[in-house]
Amino acid sequence: MAISHQFEYHRPPTFGEAMKLIADYKGRASVLAGGTDLVNWIKEDFLAPEAVIDIKNIPELKKLEYSGNTLSVGAAVTFSEMIDSARVKELFPLIVEQSQVVACHGVRNRATMVGNICSGVPCCDSGPVLMVYDAVVHVTGPKGERKIPVMEWFVGPKKTSRDPMEIVTKIDIPVPTVKNAGCYVKLGRYRGEDLAQASVALLALEGGETRVAFGSVGPTPIRSREIEEFLKGRELTDSLWPDLDKLVEKTIAPISDLRATKEYRLHMTKIMLKRGLNAVCKRLVGTGPAYGSSLL
Amino acid sequence: MKKININFELNNEGWNLDVEPSDTLLEAVRDKMGVKSPKIACDRGDCGACTVLLDNKAVRSCLILAAEIDGHKITTVEGLCPQEPTPLQKHFARNNAFQCGFCAPGMILAAHELLQNNQKPSREEVQEAISGNLCRCTGYEKIIECMVNPDLKSGEDK
Repeated sequence: MAISHQFEYHRPPTFGEAMKLIADYKGRASVLAGGTDLVNWIKEDFLAPEAVIDIKNIPELKKLEYSGNTLSVGAAVTFSEMIDSARVKELFPLIVEQSQVVACHGVRNRATMVGNICSGVPCCDSGPVLMVYDAVVHVTGPKGERKIPVMEWFVGPKKTSRDPMEIVTKIDIPVPTVKNAGCYVKLGRYRGEDLAQASVALLALEGGETRVAFGSVGPTPIRSREIEEFLKGRELTDSLWPDLDKLVEKTIAPISDLRATKEYRLHMTKIMLKRGLNAVCKRLVGTGPAYGSSLL
Repeated sequence: MKKININFELNNEGWNLDVEPSDTLLEAVRDKMGVKSPKIACDRGDCGACTVLLDNKAVRSCLILAAEIDGHKITTVEGLCPQEPTPLQKHFARNNAFQCGFCAPGMILAAHELLQNNQKPSREEVQEAISGNLCRCTGYEKIIECMVNPDLKSGEDK
């Protein structure tokens, strides 16, 4: 199917020129990084931009850097680049575990984490994981730079706090200061290219804190402070499950769609939370299943 | 709309082409360059039949604008085997790995990328590498077997 909508294409070599273009088009241009969502959305007439601004030639947006205990993921960094990075593997195994289940290899060679959160779909794999790391999204617009905590990033299905006149430059992900272990449990119908039916991201920190976030079970990814409070300092035993089940029911708001019913999503989210909690507790003491192995 | 002039390499041959901003790489390769191994199937990135190598990495050509490949290198199955099939392709053929063959160009390129970086992949690594390439005939078993035992050196039956 050819793309019926017609638009201009620009590939600015500097960030300054990209900002000028987005201002010239008064926000009616789309920013192109990996394009794995954007090109589909233009094909499907969900988006009809006057222009597409390809940011892949802007050197600073291609940087994947670690300094000052923070990983900075530039807007043009692909999931494959993150998976292949020794530093990310060493300090953020949870991000590698999550990145490895985004679509399939051929999409990950192109798709970016920044693009993933800019699309803002409820099943976005990066959302829950960035939430448990307290990541910060950096955007630049005509009024200057803004730092948006990822908790304030997702506004609704395919809606984010980014203004159309702004470009996301990077996501900053702080490494936890204490020993930690995480897991990302994704439920899908088949491996490769399937979107999540439900997902759970957990990050357990030494000292008794466990951070909990869910994907695909509400209009946006959801981080649950209530479940985190409940878990604080408690030893993980079977007696916690009934209360946790009730808290999950209170926290998430799944819908039925072509991938799953809301009942199935709710049921599986409870199970995934339990299996995930068991896994992170073991990973924290070095005995859990290897990162990347299936927990379902 | 203003046409975009792009310079790139397709199967080791330099090209200069004017494309519309809305042309996908898949359409450009098939219709403007006459290279037909990348297939139009789902046309939304789900099936892998349109896979090409972009700078030696498997990508979905239906989700890439032709304008984006300026300065890059594209390889299709035609470029892998200008004279004769590669040892991997012969291995697939000897073992009847494919039936209708529609998924084969994409599958071969996905396999090629994996085996370039990892000569002895595990079954799990193979399954992961081709998990985005759908095949509706074979049930994948022969394809996976061939990739786990690529037998790339001899080119002969054992």
